[in-house]
Amino acid sequence: MDRNELIQQLKEQIIKQLNLADKKPEDIKNDDPLFVEGLGLDSIDALELIVLLQQEYNIKLKNAEEGQTIFRSVSTMADYILEQQAGAAN
Amino acid sequence: MSSPVFIAGWGVISAIGNNVAENLNALISGTAGIDAMNRLNSVHKGELPVAEVKLTNEALADLAQLPSHISRTALLSTIAAKEALDNSRIDISRWRTGFISANSVGGMDKTEDFFEDFLQNPGAGHLRNVVNHECGAVTEITADALGVKDFVTTISTACSSSANSIFLGARLIRQNQLDVVIAGGTDALTKFTLNGFNTLMILDSQYCQPFDDNRRGLNLGEGAGYVVLVSEKVAATLADTPSVTISGWANANDAHHQTASSPEGKGNLLAMKSALQKAGLQPADIDYINLHGTGTNNNDIAEGTAIKTLFDGNYPPMSSTKSFTGHTLGASGGIEAVFSVLAIQEGVIFPNLRFETPMKELPFQPVTELQKAAIKNVMSNSFGFGGNCSSLVFSKYIAT
Amino acid sequence: MVSEESSVHITSTALIRNNKVWGGETLLFESDGQGMDFFNFLYEKLDINYPKFFKMDALCKSGMAAAHVLLKNFKKDHYRPEEIGIVLSNKNGSIEADINYFESSKTFPSPSLFVYTLPNIVIGEISIRYGFKGENAFFVSEKFNADWMYFYVSNLLQEHHIKACICGWADVANENYDACLFLVEKKSENGVNFTVENLNTLYNRV
Repeated sequence: MDRNELIQQLKEQIIKQLNLADKKPEDIKNDDPLFVEGLGLDSIDALELIVLLQQEYNIKLKNAEEGQTIFRSVSTMADYILEQQAGAAN
Repeated sequence: MSSPVFIAGWGVISAIGNNVAENLNALISGTAGIDAMNRLNSVHKGELPVAEVKLTNEALADLAQLPSHISRTALLSTIAAKEALDNSRIDISRWRTGFISANSVGGMDKTEDFFEDFLQNPGAGHLRNVVNHECGAVTEITADALGVKDFVTTISTACSSSANSIFLGARLIRQNQLDVVIAGGTDALTKFTLNGFNTLMILDSQYCQPFDDNRRGLNLGEGAGYVVLVSEKVAATLADTPSVTISGWANANDAHHQTASSPEGKGNLLAMKSALQKAGLQPADIDYINLHGTGTNNNDIAEGTAIKTLFDGNYPPMSSTKSFTGHTLGASGGIEAVFSVLAIQEGVIFPNLRFETPMKELPFQPVTELQKAAIKNVMSNSFGFGGNCSSLVFSKYIAT
Repeated sequence: MVSEESSVHITSTALIRNNKVWGGETLLFESDGQGMDFFNFLYEKLDINYPKFFKMDALCKSGMAAAHVLLKNFKKDHYRPEEIGIVLSNKNGSIEADINYFESSKTFPSPSLFVYTLPNIVIGEISIRYGFKGENAFFVSEKFNADWMYFYVSNLLQEHHIKACICGWADVANENYDACLFLVEKKSENGVNFTVENLNTLYNRV
């Protein structure tokens, strides 16, 4: 999957996983912060994103703190996933 | 001055012992009950240490004199509540008696097993295993075993539940609604809870280190703890005047997050401050704090900060006995109330096990060795999900 | 003492039952919608305007919607946060959330579902939204017990640290939502007297 497709897919998955009923993928900009500002997600949402990574991409985080950099924006999430997938392929 | 509410009896069962004497021995000898998972059949066996009560359901049922298909939560509750009542030597038929109990899982231990069979095949599983699922049903089982009929109620406010049961009992006695109240709580370890806490990423895959700078999270435990609260009138009829009272209590809401405390521990501070006020005491009067001290990043900094604010340079000795028993959730307030009473009775301060590095944000640290001291006033903290913060103060009774 | 007691009033009520919503005596609206549609409907009709609502389980949504109606005209700035308490009760604990979380735990346990597997979280959510910090309690009982609620809340008000209290019943089971909340204020001339009889009458009016 290419990066743009992944980003689009991630936006849909995030909305579903986090019950963001009033949002559409177009509302989420690639580089907007996910936490505090932007989507204003909280710590439980961060944990749900960790579950999302495991469920959809088979990536397991060892501790919650790793999420702070990975989930900065949809772009950073996509980059992380692509990196992990490349690493797994080798 | 409000009339004293005495503690005439206490009972406990936890990972460190099946009764008061065993628990006390373990606390004094520094022997924790945290270990590799044994009884619980979870996918995390071998990964997550827990603090299980070291008896099978059959053995618990024998002790409790109840059938072995009864929920573990109710078995634990009955054992500890009976011990408390027995050791108070009170004949409850003479008095208006209440039973106030707390738990978070109810009969979930049985239900989760039932569901597995049921989901495979709707004809499988024994329905009798789910009939006591609700928190209230567990309370009824113990109330019946004790013979308490006048007043029975269940509190369900997460980790502060049994502390809340205890101060409700004290209130009812002060208001002259009841003469004797057996109050506390119980919880059994279940896959439901373990998986849930695991998904919140607050469990330690090693043995927990409360209030340590490098703490990683909590270890779940199970057990039950109850105290028998009595009025002055009842106390006067007892062969030995009880020497410990519950002198203060308070509850507040942190209003910050469903499962985390505000970083400054605002709700924690409110509860501790109000409990002291209720007891008519100053911070300097507290000789020991039994911390909520779960070992999570969040709790310990919030609780520590609240203590720093309230005690302001004059910090009493403190420790988390969850380093022995794990976090027993709905039972923790009750079990730790019993430990607080023991601290006063025996004149000892229990150590905070496995402590290595002080938290850099705090100008104090917990005690690491058993200490002998004249203990007059103990503060016991219990902070639960939903922002529910409770603090109890126990005091040595000095006749005036 | 008599005059102090007689100034304790139930100054507001909210009731959600059988897909209908009442604020005081007024039927605000009713819905034919089932389950989640009902809550979306509530969110818009009541103009709840609190996005976190959508993350909550049914018990919290019921409690929050009822609180929203209850507190419409509440002058919360007349009180300090620690002077406002919350005392709720129900029969079914957090059973719906328990089941939803349990289902998820068969594959990937969901943290956002686990959060709601305690009935007192509804108190937490109300406290977070409005900043209430007073004493709070959650009781589990077969039915709404007006005697007990009256006793407990009066006690809180008399002990002087609580001056207003949100109390009542919030229960969800099998998509039946039943939330009946009362706002009790210590010194108020509005509403009706805070008595067991009035609690029962208001609870049973529908």
